Amino acid sequence: MSITYLEAIREAQARALAEDSRVFIYGQDVGVFGGAFKATKNLAQQFPGRVLDAPISEDAIVGLAVGAAIEGMRPIVEMQFADFSTVAFNQIVNQAATLYWRTKVPCPITIRLPSGGTLGGGPFHSQNLEAIYAHYPGLIVMTPATVEDAYTMLLDAVALDDPVVFCEHKYLYYHLKADRLPTEAMPVGKARIARPGRDLTIVTYSAMLHESLAVAEEMASERIEIEVVDLRTVKPLDTDTVMASVARTGRLLCVGESWPWGGVCAEVIARVASEGFALLDAPPQRLNAKDTPVPYHPNLWAGHRPTERSIAAAVRNLISL
Amino acid sequence: MAQSTVGPKEAAETNSAQGTLVKAYRHMLLARVLDDKLASLYRMGKIQGGVFLGRGQEALSASVGVSLRNGDIFAPLIRDAAGRLAFGEVLLDSVRTYLGSRLGPMRGRDGNIHRGRPREGLLPMISHLGAMISVVNGILLAHRFKGIQETVGAACMGDGACSTGSFHEALNQAAVERLPLVLVVANNQYAYSTPNNRQFACASLADKAPGYGVTGHSVDGTDLEACLGVTRKAIALARAGGGPQLVVANLLRLCGHGEHDDASYVTPALKSSAAGRDCLKLAEGCLIAHDLATPAELDRWRSTATEKVEQAVAKVQREPAPDAGEEDWCAISTRHLSEGQFQ
Repeated sequence: MSITYLEAIREAQARALAEDSRVFIYGQDVGVFGGAFKATKNLAQQFPGRVLDAPISEDAIVGLAVGAAIEGMRPIVEMQFADFSTVAFNQIVNQAATLYWRTKVPCPITIRLPSGGTLGGGPFHSQNLEAIYAHYPGLIVMTPATVEDAYTMLLDAVALDDPVVFCEHKYLYYHLKADRLPTEAMPVGKARIARPGRDLTIVTYSAMLHESLAVAEEMASERIEIEVVDLRTVKPLDTDTVMASVARTGRLLCVGESWPWGGVCAEVIARVASEGFALLDAPPQRLNAKDTPVPYHPNLWAGHRPTERSIAAAVRNLISL
Repeated sequence: MAQSTVGPKEAAETNSAQGTLVKAYRHMLLARVLDDKLASLYRMGKIQGGVFLGRGQEALSASVGVSLRNGDIFAPLIRDAAGRLAFGEVLLDSVRTYLGSRLGPMRGRDGNIHRGRPREGLLPMISHLGAMISVVNGILLAHRFKGIQETVGAACMGDGACSTGSFHEALNQAAVERLPLVLVVANNQYAYSTPNNRQFACASLADKAPGYGVTGHSVDGTDLEACLGVTRKAIALARAGGGPQLVVANLLRLCGHGEHDDASYVTPALKSSAAGRDCLKLAEGCLIAHDLATPAELDRWRSTATEKVEQAVAKVQREPAPDAGEEDWCAISTRHLSEGQFQ
């Protein structure tokens, strides 16, 4: 038996619904239809009245979730695509993210963002918005890269008393499989050494973990040993694990599928440069998507975001510095 | 949140329409006196940031507050001092938030009208108009999940907020879920300086109601008796399962958008129109006509209100301000996940 990343997300929601009567799911087409990606398949049937179809009103969807959370519920909101969460931006960053700080009343909501590029997705069905949510105080931003993390971190998200933006990667939905659901989890906010190495550190998260691991494998044959750090949550950012890795390797490459300006990679580099400058043997580097909207055509899309080939080139360059 | 009581004599009268009229009036009066004091403190430079008054809108606002009951939800907006007091907000919450006392509900982290006690059903507005409506919907939906019956949520707003996407999304959402939401729109003719004819093109904002499949109500917002009648009716309908209600009151704000605004854009014709009458004075005339108060009693009530406000201000002025050095710079409740160390 094997389970996909998408099935893990469904299973986590099923478990949350089964174990906690405060949990409900609200989003477009999440009911009997089971969601645009089937992340809530059969949940409406299994949990009658607790998986509710919403009108196409992202702002009101998140606003409603905040109200329900004030009243003690644990809503899970599904945005059909991360891209559409910008319609709910105000409710996420101004309502949900400020509530605890202003009033001492926590806001335990989970907002699931099906994120990232897939073949033919184009400008409005491919975005990665973790950096823009991480920018705002009051939010926790998760970016699971594995089936195990998708499952345990979603359960963590529901259990946390703070608003969580849960960036699940659509490319991993079907591609990524595990043998079984995990029985143990790493703590929230801890990064993971996905592959140990001594020559260079790649810090990455979400789908780019897998591109980076493939490059590390390829480079091993050239006797370049890459350490790969999976951030898991981008906020909080586990600076300690990153710094310890850079202390071992002396070289840092950050890889992210999202846009470069003011992003997660920029933040990692800023922290390492300001707090660990002496650890570095070469200038820290980053590799992000190009600073344009995400293109539709596969030929352009392949040139827009980091790939195994471009990551490998960046590694070779950094090793030569 | 329990509704505040006005005194033993009035408590006996609260069940009668006349008792409610007196009660609502006294909240209007206290709000007016409070607003006047806040304006004066602002002019003296004692208040940081803006001051937003409800002058001319007290009849509508107080009517909403006194018509709600224990367990109901209230999302006031910027001109709802009267409604807040009637709903049960203590005077000190207002004064402490305006003067930035660390003992207030917002502890200096937010100011003026951005205050509330969400666990007690009084929502702390954010500045983005229309954004509180769906939050009320969420609380009402949670009540449904929890089997809490017959509670109502009221959200107040102005004519300008009706132009926002949030208003549209949330009213439609409430209608789809058939939630006991009462949206109260004070059409005070201007959204800041923008007049109605640059804000919407329908004849009346109440015309929007049938488009959402909700019940609409219109009322003269300067007439306390009429406001009480319509808010009680709308709230009763929502409570009885009649779905969302849209109440639109016609009135004029008798002040600027904030105290920084001289409201020079308000036309003389509007000022001298029926909408421009002062609801507080009209309510006084109404109480006297109904034999519910004598001019001497009105004077005494005003003195009592003034005394309460002066005492609250004097007390708060002696209270400590927040201290940046002692402030807990943590925006989340899960403290160990805070990024506070990178500041």
